Amino acid sequence: MTNTIAAIEARGLGKRYGHRWALADCTLTIPAGHVTGLVGPNGAGKTTLISLATGMLAPTTGTVQVLGGVPASGPDQLARVGYVAQDTPAYAGLSVADHLRLGARLNPRWDAALARARIEQLGLDPKQKAGHLSGGQRAQLALTLALAKRPELLILDEPIASLDPRARREFLQALMNAVAEQELSVVISSHQVADLERVADHLVVLVGSRVRVEGEVEHLLATHHLLTGPRRDAASLPASQRVITESHTGRQSTLLVRSSEPVIDPAWTVEEVSLEDLVLAYLGPASAGSPDMRTLEARP
Amino acid sequence: MIWLAWRQFRPQAITAAVALAVVAIVVAATGPGIASAYSSSGLPACHASCSTDASNFFVGLGRLDLLLYLGSFLLMYLAPALMGLFWGAPLIAREVETGTHRIAWNQTVTRTRWLLVKLGLVGLAAIGTAGLLSLMVTWWAGPINHAALLSGGQIGGLAPRLDAPVFDARGVAPLGYAAFAFALGVTVGVLLRRTLPAMAVTLVAFAVIQVLVPNLVRPHLLPPAHLTAPLQRPFGVNMNAGTGQVSIQLAPPFAKPGAWVLSDVITTPSGAKLPNVTITPSGAELTVLPKACKFTPGAAARAGVHDCSGVLAAMHLRQSVSWQPASRFWPLQWMETGLYLVLAAGLGWVCVAQLRRRRTP
Repeated sequence: MTNTIAAIEARGLGKRYGHRWALADCTLTIPAGHVTGLVGPNGAGKTTLISLATGMLAPTTGTVQVLGGVPASGPDQLARVGYVAQDTPAYAGLSVADHLRLGARLNPRWDAALARARIEQLGLDPKQKAGHLSGGQRAQLALTLALAKRPELLILDEPIASLDPRARREFLQALMNAVAEQELSVVISSHQVADLERVADHLVVLVGSRVRVEGEVEHLLATHHLLTGPRRDAASLPASQRVITESHTGRQSTLLVRSSEPVIDPAWTVEEVSLEDLVLAYLGPASAGSPDMRTLEARP
Repeated sequence: MIWLAWRQFRPQAITAAVALAVVAIVVAATGPGIASAYSSSGLPACHASCSTDASNFFVGLGRLDLLLYLGSFLLMYLAPALMGLFWGAPLIAREVETGTHRIAWNQTVTRTRWLLVKLGLVGLAAIGTAGLLSLMVTWWAGPINHAALLSGGQIGGLAPRLDAPVFDARGVAPLGYAAFAFALGVTVGVLLRRTLPAMAVTLVAFAVIQVLVPNLVRPHLLPPAHLTAPLQRPFGVNMNAGTGQVSIQLAPPFAKPGAWVLSDVITTPSGAKLPNVTITPSGAELTVLPKACKFTPGAAARAGVHDCSGVLAAMHLRQSVSWQPASRFWPLQWMETGLYLVLAAGLGWVCVAQLRRRRTP
């Protein structure tokens, strides 16, 4: 897919509640044509960023553009973006069938066949009131509503945080199937990297409104290495190797480094890192000498 | 969008329909009896001094009819408030509370349109419900109100329809109240974003406004009529045998049946208000006599009273009245309804502006 318009583009974006900034001076670009995982600790501003990108909130400072348009600026813009909100709300008093009718009445591009097929596949009773659905079923209903709208971009805010592992797996499977079938950009936020590892091909790590690291998952995994060897000062590494985290015992040093070149020093035992370890390394306090990780960004 | 608004409103609409049906049954069961009692009472042919006919009519009414008459006020006061509480306050607040506004605002419909459709549909339902209620109650209570008017407000303590408690429960005014109460509920819900507090605030605010408007606004919707005239000679003197206190009754210079009297005072020629005056429908009573009225109970009483009336006449007292004439019932009804509808529209605009500012998380 070739896309020149970003899925989400934020410039100096900020949102303040009273004296507290939920998101401050956030500048980031999430490319279209990917499944982008938005990761960060609680309070990093993920939900605020998504609320701003879906137009649920208006920014205090800066701008955010979604698929090149102002969020929720009109019916056309609304039609292009699907949104599965945190805790996947549903109208408790309306049945599953009512929800599908709601989607059909309120969306000109509604794909009724897709919606029906998904509900059948999930084994949901159309007459069942949404208030009586399990958390997993409700999440699937919310996803169905968002997918059958046929959006170009699907934004999901911690959709699976409160689900049990099986429902979580089923939800992500459904999401992956949809991405495979529809030409769809996805932005999914989570504080659980393990979940995202299964679906995301692009990653943005947000800490304190700032992008700590971003890039395609494959590229990130290929350029990060876990080095173990005799104790050694991190400053003595070659300039091409950027230390993300380091830990030392009396005789041994363990370093997580980022390097676009292979590490060939025989003193080190080089291991691949998992996405979870990689993200956790960036979530920790920034290492000395790396004031802004963005400068290291080497986008393929 | 209309479908969704209707689907969400359906349970409340059914409740309203059932309530209207119950009222309709009661009205249909008891109304014709009242109407026939009225037509056989002689009141339809009466144009002056109808007190006797009115008495006959009221005596002919059953205890149930009078109970229902009082109940009709309760109904007409409560209906707009209930619509504000149960239709208005939850309309947006419940969506925000349960997060379903996140669904609604992310369909291919702008939130302004979403809000306007909801406001329009439920608002019209509120106005329609209040209209049907008022139509039924106004028809049902028509003979009673008319008899009260013809009796000069002296029978059974029933106020004419222009007086505050009756005015609020008749004609087109309840339509305005319903629209306003509903819009008030929605606005408070949008601002507070929580249903229960919004319901409480709506109830209190609506009650306060419903007390303030008849007292402070309605009297001035149309300039009231004024009359200042010399007080007529005292025509009656009463003495309380126990206390020896004497009250002198003064005939009113003013008799306008069905009028809504806004103020009625007795003044000296300089314009000072005379204290200790009780104004009643039949006139005014001075319960404390001017000093010049020396009066001793007993044999000399009659002579004393005569002197006293002379003293009062020499004071050149005046009675000053301002009122809204009975003929202004419908003009005042329409004006007040218009006022409330304008207020409701203003509140609707506040709601739209609030949602556009996207304050709701």
